[in-house]
Amino acid sequence: MRPIPPDLVIEGSARIGDTPIFGPLRLVMPAGRWTCLLGPSGVGKTTLLRLLAGVDDVTDFTGTITASDGLALPGRMALMAQGDLLMPWLDVLGNVTLGARLRGAPRDKERALAMLERVGLADHARKTPDALSGGQRQRVALARTLMEDRPIVLLDEPFSALDARTRAQMQDLSAEHLLGRTVLMVTHDPAEAARLGDAIHILSETGLTDFAPPRGGPPRPVDDTETLAAQGRLLALLRAPA
Amino acid sequence: MIARVATIAASATLALVLWQALVTLADLPPFILPGPGRVFETLWKSRALIAHHATITGAEVLLGLALGAILGGFSAIGLAASPMARRLIRPMMVFSQSIPVFALAPILTLWLGYGLWSKVAMALLIIYFPVTSAFFDALMRTPQHWLDLGRIMGANRHRLMWHIRVPAALPGFASGLRLAAVYAPIGAIIGEWVGASKGLGYLMLLANGRAKIDLMFAALIVLAVLTLLLHAGVDRACRKWLDGKAAKHGHA
Repeated sequence: MRPIPPDLVIEGSARIGDTPIFGPLRLVMPAGRWTCLLGPSGVGKTTLLRLLAGVDDVTDFTGTITASDGLALPGRMALMAQGDLLMPWLDVLGNVTLGARLRGAPRDKERALAMLERVGLADHARKTPDALSGGQRQRVALARTLMEDRPIVLLDEPFSALDARTRAQMQDLSAEHLLGRTVLMVTHDPAEAARLGDAIHILSETGLTDFAPPRGGPPRPVDDTETLAAQGRLLALLRAPA
Repeated sequence: MIARVATIAASATLALVLWQALVTLADLPPFILPGPGRVFETLWKSRALIAHHATITGAEVLLGLALGAILGGFSAIGLAASPMARRLIRPMMVFSQSIPVFALAPILTLWLGYGLWSKVAMALLIIYFPVTSAFFDALMRTPQHWLDLGRIMGANRHRLMWHIRVPAALPGFASGLRLAAVYAPIGAIIGEWVGASKGLGYLMLLANGRAKIDLMFAALIVLAVLTLLLHAGVDRACRKWLDGKAAKHGHA
């Protein structure tokens, strides 16, 4: 049984040397919900995500990153990032079990096959990533994330390289399988935020702006009127001068 | 494939025709430049002699290449793993590159003797830097996202190196090895020139001294063919085991 996911709070400001990156700001990611952080390139969205993940070694962050259950974060997060990050020298099964390999733990092949089954790739386990389409590769990345089975999932524009149809499919599939986890999705796509966010925030040079998400739980239908209207307002906000 | 063989054959024929034309038109005596016919005749007549010396040189080159690949491979990994090693060792390596390897050949002969090992050491020295630096550069350029993913998954530095950085850098190692395949014979031949009683370099020097220019050219051709075969072999092995799978970083 997966541990109950916590709220996640990041509060503070970040800079590299004398260059401010973002903040001061306070972002709350409610437990078991999908939080979308929307913003143009270069406002520090990815930096914020990498700080949460504990992999940013160059940014000076002043502030706190806390989970509501008071437990430490390392080992409780999974990442899906730009592109699929599949290792080309491993086959699909090897990629899904990468986490175990990297921790020196035994690889649970049956569970990995079950994960591939869930994303509809059971027949592709022995193929290398370059034999798959972009959408299939992204589904392998999702299977790898599910295999990790972490209560917190960080998504860094994972679907930005996909075509519109495949992207919508991946959004549905991810929303379905990541349900109940604390998810932070960083994206520059208003449509994606409007479809998937339980909470939506816009990060700009001036700070964080909260945005009321459309009604209905994610993933919202691509042709839902209110979702489309929200998408429009989000784009307008993104374009507004800071 | 057939077209490629035909092109190579045509190119070789053209080279032979130009060679013969130069000899005939300039009326060069055989002790300055023998024609291709004469050289190939000598090659055939002295095949046992040349083959004997070629075997020696071949062994030196292969040993130097294997040891250089192993040593260069581990050096690159060591340098990539440790910032301290980088600070201490890299300036030394760069400085060592300002010494012409040729200048070390007499010392190596003094230290290791006239036999096989001074030539192996020469070949090793000449390929060590290209192999190490090609592999090292590739190890330092692992896509950041892969490293992030690995760290979030809980990999320690050791496993990150072994399961992500090294496999991702194998194409760089391969390009170092391809260069090494061409350089290693140069090292062995220099070693043989400085002091040897066997090997193609020794044979060439001997033939040159006795004005047997046809024999010298025959040995030279064999050396060139061996080098080409070595390069082709290494290239094939690299394609099969090193860069084939990691070549497509397309989505990374």
